Amino acid sequence: MKKVTISLIVMLLLTVVLAACGGAAAPSAATNTIKIGVNAPMTGDIPKVGEGTKYSAEMWLEDVKAAGGLDVGGTKYDVELVIEDNEAKAESATAVTTKLISQDEVLAMVGPQSSKQAVPAGEVANNLKTLMVSPWSTNPNTTLDRPFVFRTPFLDPFQGPVLVNFATEEFGATKAAVLYDVASDYPKGLAEFFKSAWEELHGEGSVVAFESFTTNDTDFSAQLTTIKDSGAEVLFAPQYYNEVALIVQQARELGYDGPILGSDSWGSAELMNLCGDACKGLFFSTHYAAAGATGATKEFIDRYNEKYGYVPDDVGALTWDTMLLIQKAIQDCGTITGDIAVDRQCVRDAMAEIKDFEGITGSMTFTEEGDPVKCAVIVKISDAGEFEFYKQVCPE
Amino acid sequence: MAFFLQNVVNALQWGSFYALIALGYSMVYGVLLLFNFAHGDIFMVGAYVGFFVATSLLLLVSYLGLVSLPGWLVLVLVILVAMLITAFVGVAVERIGYRPLRQAPRASAAITGLMIGIIFETGNLALLGATRLSFPELIETTTYTVGGVTLTNKRIMIVVVSLLLMFALHQFVQRTKWGMAMRAMAYDFAVVPLMGVPLNTIAALTFALGSGLAAAAGILFGVAYPVLSPYMGIAVGWKAFVAAILGGRGSILGAALAGFLLGFIEIFVATIFPSTLRDLIAFSIILVILVFRPHGFFGEAHTSRLRL
Repeated sequence: MKKVTISLIVMLLLTVVLAACGGAAAPSAATNTIKIGVNAPMTGDIPKVGEGTKYSAEMWLEDVKAAGGLDVGGTKYDVELVIEDNEAKAESATAVTTKLISQDEVLAMVGPQSSKQAVPAGEVANNLKTLMVSPWSTNPNTTLDRPFVFRTPFLDPFQGPVLVNFATEEFGATKAAVLYDVASDYPKGLAEFFKSAWEELHGEGSVVAFESFTTNDTDFSAQLTTIKDSGAEVLFAPQYYNEVALIVQQARELGYDGPILGSDSWGSAELMNLCGDACKGLFFSTHYAAAGATGATKEFIDRYNEKYGYVPDDVGALTWDTMLLIQKAIQDCGTITGDIAVDRQCVRDAMAEIKDFEGITGSMTFTEEGDPVKCAVIVKISDAGEFEFYKQVCPE
Repeated sequence: MAFFLQNVVNALQWGSFYALIALGYSMVYGVLLLFNFAHGDIFMVGAYVGFFVATSLLLLVSYLGLVSLPGWLVLVLVILVAMLITAFVGVAVERIGYRPLRQAPRASAAITGLMIGIIFETGNLALLGATRLSFPELIETTTYTVGGVTLTNKRIMIVVVSLLLMFALHQFVQRTKWGMAMRAMAYDFAVVPLMGVPLNTIAALTFALGSGLAAAAGILFGVAYPVLSPYMGIAVGWKAFVAAILGGRGSILGAALAGFLLGFIEIFVATIFPSTLRDLIAFSIILVILVFRPHGFFGEAHTSRLRL
């Protein structure tokens, strides 16, 4: 009896496995479908980022569907999005990249979003010769020496000095403190760019406290006590929204009254839900300001807001631009041969040729490294909890 | 000096959480010789139960128009109700997860705890989604500065409530009949039930008490760090487990002291060294302590009836 049961289970499993293999093999034969992978943090530390990515990508897909498919060289192609969760983990992001490229055979991949996932995933995508465009990763290593990897936002070596100059002019500060997550690529990289730019401007030792913690920490009292004691006039915290809420509240409870400055990772609709009144009046640098936007940017915001019930984060806007960039690259390529390796190369080459692309987060032309040259925006969190445009800073 | 004292205050708050959670591990281990690895996640469940009790209570208060209900009273109510509910969760874990395995090898029971923990985490993720919840602010923060040391009413409240709960537990275990039964069970797991002490009741009671304390810790955690996530119990749970072992088997005082010690080590290491070294140094110190005191601070040597 037992043997019969076991052999039945084995047969059942085999059937499932075979069916799954068959299922995966079938669509690649159909050449009139273009697959685009989305590698996003749907769960994990920053689920709101994953949600924004998915929503924007789906809104773009809606437009394509409404137009009857994607027009490439006179032929209409169906587009399919393959959205996979990378759990905001580096290991999962590389696994998802491999799966999307090798198993789902996507033509191009959007994401991962944060640098912690985008840096290792870029390595995989580049090795497998598939176009990857990260809408949100600002760490230079993501695209460095990787011809197949591009990005939509500005870079941290640009963002760091922008914030340094802003803090110097706005607050008249000469002594700064930094609190960052040492185990994550984005905060660590940006903290170091900020530090070197600050010390270049104000002299050696002017960053009076350079304190770190490790991902998933919730108590920062020891570090913040040191920061308060150091006499810093501004605190820079290049962290994600869930940590920002804890850092700002604890800093205030420990008696640090100075300004706290943030980076583009602050710009989430979740920030105000978690941080509340404590974050009002603070500044951070980002890619676009939702409050007071005009033209195509406003159109996008209104449409998104109507559909999903909240103002899109910078991730949403950048993902939108990324989808349009990939669309343009595919269309510029001109022909889909059905040989996935040839098509991927063709789309990558077309992407590198894009000039003066007018996105909702600014105009983009790509450098040799696959990085756009574009402006940054300084945003102030208003008393109503909105992210208000304060200042624009462009590269010279 | 003020800098040092400020960090003492920081460490007292941080250590309170370890101590409260460690007590739950320690009691279950003391009485049933069982590592309840789901305990860190029961702490998480407690925090979420507290969140829902608090939000519904706030809704009810505003609905009935009882605006005059002071914040601290709401907090006390939330703690009591959430402790009660989470105690039932703990009893259910014991009844469903551990009781059927009482005669099974201890390792099976230990992995059961791990699995229940993962079920709680992923169940929460499936039920509530990955978005972080923000614990409602029940009491307004008031800041006091005493000689350069910044204190808030929340910090004082957290430490005082933790100490009160530990004291209450100590009294319960030392002075009541049920407490005596628990101590007897810790003394001999095999013979005491033969003398008429109901094993199942004592086991359930132990889980109820431990889970209740974990719920209190969860709510206090929510007050201090108001961002709740399904995985918030893992790291804290592991460290509290270390504190429980360090304190000595079944020792309430030991677990509490070890919890505070761990809090102090972590805060002061993070003050002096880069935080990357925090766990490295903290656990190296604990390793050295265990070399010299292998049974922890107040533990006694196991008898020959070691079950692991």
